[in-house]
Amino acid sequence: MRIPAVLLSRPVRIGVPGAVLAVFLLIAPSSFDGYGISLMSKALALGVLAVSVSILAGYSGLPTMGQAAPFLVGAYTAGVMSTHGHTVGVLQLLCGTLVAAAFAAATGLVAIRTRGVAFLMTTLALGELTVTAAGEWRSLTGGTDGMYGITPIQPLPGMAALSSDRSIYWFVLTATAIVIAVVWWVLRSPVGKLLLACRDHEARMRSAGHPVTRYQWLAYVAAGALAGFGGVLMCTVNAYVSPDDGSFSNSALVLLAVVLGGATSPLGALLGAGLIVATQDWLSGPFPGHGPLLLGLMFIVAVYALPDGVAGIRFRAPKRRGGPA
Amino acid sequence: MGAINTHFVPALDGVAYGLLLFVAAAGLTLLFGIGGVLNIAHGTLFALGGYLAASVSDGSWSSAFLGLAVATVGGTLGGGLLAAGTLPLADRGHLPQALLTFGLSLVGADVLTTVYGTDEHPVVIPKSVNGTVQIFGHVYPTYRLMFIVVASVLALAGTYVLGRTRAGALLRAAADDREMVGAMGYAPWRVHAALCGAAGALAGLAGGLGAPIIGPGPDTADKVLMLSMVVIVLGRPGSVLGAFGAAIAVGEIETLGVSISSNWAPYLLFGLMAVALVVRTFRGSSAVGAGAAAGAHA
Repeated sequence: MRIPAVLLSRPVRIGVPGAVLAVFLLIAPSSFDGYGISLMSKALALGVLAVSVSILAGYSGLPTMGQAAPFLVGAYTAGVMSTHGHTVGVLQLLCGTLVAAAFAAATGLVAIRTRGVAFLMTTLALGELTVTAAGEWRSLTGGTDGMYGITPIQPLPGMAALSSDRSIYWFVLTATAIVIAVVWWVLRSPVGKLLLACRDHEARMRSAGHPVTRYQWLAYVAAGALAGFGGVLMCTVNAYVSPDDGSFSNSALVLLAVVLGGATSPLGALLGAGLIVATQDWLSGPFPGHGPLLLGLMFIVAVYALPDGVAGIRFRAPKRRGGPA
Repeated sequence: MGAINTHFVPALDGVAYGLLLFVAAAGLTLLFGIGGVLNIAHGTLFALGGYLAASVSDGSWSSAFLGLAVATVGGTLGGGLLAAGTLPLADRGHLPQALLTFGLSLVGADVLTTVYGTDEHPVVIPKSVNGTVQIFGHVYPTYRLMFIVVASVLALAGTYVLGRTRAGALLRAAADDREMVGAMGYAPWRVHAALCGAAGALAGLAGGLGAPIIGPGPDTADKVLMLSMVVIVLGRPGSVLGAFGAAIAVGEIETLGVSISSNWAPYLLFGLMAVALVVRTFRGSSAVGAGAAAGAHA
């Protein structure tokens, strides 16, 4: 069967799933209970982290196992600000993003020197160091018990504090939509092309005079800032931060979300994160405690069946026609 | 003399711990350095060995040996499963294989907690080694002392097999040039399966043997995986001697380090790992980056 060319065009392939996702995100809260809504907020916060991983793993060719570290830094920034009475959401997002960016700028100097599996291992080590520090620095972070009972935020100065799961969801959705739009716009610009070129043809880019290492460092800092943004959102949703949020399994899960979603697709990364949260917390409802089993099976299937991720699924068009008809 | 006296027992514990990590990490470093598979499920195989040994053990010598045998066989079978799983992904690079093993480790952890519950399973060690002995005026558990001896023998045997036998030479050759080994008449899938099986067997054996030191529980898999990763990175993937030195160092950090300065020891482990990776990259000889290309220096 021949598929009309318009169905395969780029606007349709991206626009239709994007529109479906948008409609779902807007309609869903009215049909879910509080738990379902807070799960969706959680998925969005993890989705922002997943997008930051896709910038590194997909666009820059730097598979990271430690992106939960800046995420954790952002979350703790928000937690610490709340305990000191700074509960304005926008301000928390700004500060969390900046602190995480500064953290990434420092760790990036170390991590960016390595490539491939060495990068994976270095980021893993940096992530574990961050988790250790979060657990040991008790005066600031509350140690391994974490910080709980974090005061609800007010989105903008003067607004009422967000008291319900639903109002938190709208705040998280708005923040996510804005930041994803910015990321999408930046990656569509020549910046995205430069990153892809550095990923695929590093030597050629270097000899053409491009400071590849600096580009990648900037991508690392930007991804760290984005992860921090996601961390602040996670702190808002959970009203709780603990070193576990930065754990190795969190980093690995998000990397899997990106692989699942298609490495160079921010939309796919969001979908992948949603799929993970849905599998872990919602689908496993009938089998309490067996979320990891379902997740594991999902990844085993995905590794074989979807080499390009969910975003790689497309109607199979005939690759080459038999010459000019 | 006072300082030596205070830290003698932790230091000896560190040797035992380090030897255990060496046996555990040897499988991971073989598979990563030679086979190019970063096996996230390695800790799960270790935990499997521990659980199997614990469920068999009843305090007699025969049950202890049976436990070790069962743990080794269980690990080998797990390794075989891994070989079957990773083979179709061989030409898609490291990442899909690592992700597959992560999926397997999630499934494995779930199965293990379903079967064995979330409690720690203590291993009943044979009565004759369940006491203590005096070494230089210090009281020390007999089992740990025996473990040090057994693990040293294992380490020597492993080094001998890899460095001095034909099978070892084959594996080292496969690390350097897989296709040439294939051209010599050894089917690549057989080499791969043997490698995965051996790595799994080592993990299972380490789990069984080390169960009295790192007991099987829900956190075992992650802990062993993390420590083993630090060991293989510090000791260069594929290098048995390097892994040995690194394992002893990590063991000492985890015991002696904690007893000297409990504030700094947690940072030391991953700090060292990060430093080693970066220093190596600056020198331009990134054995880790090359992964499969890393030679096996026995």
